[in-house]
Amino acid sequence: METNSEEVHVLAVDDSLIDRKVIERLLKISACKVTAVDSGIRALQFLGLDEQRENSESDGSPLKVDLVITDYCMPEMTGYELLKKIKESSTFKEIPVVIMSSENVLPRIDRCLEEGAKDFIIKPVKLCDVKRLKGYMATREVGVAINNKPKLEEACKHSLSPPSISSSSSPSPSSSPLSVSSVIDSPIRRFKMTDTE
Amino acid sequence: MDHLHRKLRDHEAAMFQQGYLDDQFSQLQKLQDDTSPDFVIEVMTMFFDDSEKLLNNMSRALEQVPVNFKQIDAHAHQQKGSSASVGAARVKNVCGTFRNFCEAQNLEGCVRCLQQLQQEYSLLKNNLKYLFKLQQEIKTAGRSIHTRG
Repeated sequence: METNSEEVHVLAVDDSLIDRKVIERLLKISACKVTAVDSGIRALQFLGLDEQRENSESDGSPLKVDLVITDYCMPEMTGYELLKKIKESSTFKEIPVVIMSSENVLPRIDRCLEEGAKDFIIKPVKLCDVKRLKGYMATREVGVAINNKPKLEEACKHSLSPPSISSSSSPSPSSSPLSVSSVIDSPIRRFKMTDTE
Repeated sequence: MDHLHRKLRDHEAAMFQQGYLDDQFSQLQKLQDDTSPDFVIEVMTMFFDDSEKLLNNMSRALEQVPVNFKQIDAHAHQQKGSSASVGAARVKNVCGTFRNFCEAQNLEGCVRCLQQLQQEYSLLKNNLKYLFKLQQEIKTAGRSIHTRG
């Protein structure tokens, strides 16, 4: 597939046909090129990270993926497992990975962020969520600290001020947890009022 | 054509007011434009197909002996997810209750919930079909006005 070097290319992973259609449209209307696949395995195949090859080989034009957005709950391979595989790859570990889930489960969110997810979006995904994603792709900062404190986004009217979050004890770089300058690059959580189980 | 517009607007407003639809449906409407003029109908058609399949699966699963609550819960989870994605609020809410009964392995509760789910789904589908019908009538009326010129 021909990718205009100006346009960002997003790999979307979701086993739900309906969600794939919606996320694809959300991304396209936000001027992104989209490849939508229905499983983690297919995503790895697309990236060239499946078992056949250890890393992406340049058999033709180099594959340019600017962001991976994946559902968490998927059969066979969860979004978390896919995230891990991407972060283990020397070729793709710098690509921002965003996790989506219909369930607002704090330990799950923490685990994903600790594994290097750029953000965690509570479904259903909205236009304002995608706007935020574009910010990650624009800056594409290398070596973002994995233990920045989660920040809260008020951009969407569905977000709710959460209780204060304690950080895990790990070495973190010089920037203070609440530095305003790195808002865009910090892992951000969104809590939805309507999401209850 | 004014009365058609009014009918459409009122019907749509009622669907939101009565909780059939929530903000996510508005999101879908925002995604529809000249490059994707039938987006909402396409998504909702997918939703209808998916839901009918899941409702059938849940119905059959509840008839099995013994009942596999985990499997039914998986169906309810999927139905809840797709309902949330398209803004089908009432259907989504019933799915939430359904999942609780599955977790509690409460067969009677599950059966009641399925009935409620089928009812809510039916109401939603009929209301949406009417909405789409009005939209189509407006489109057709618009076209005939143009050709008359």
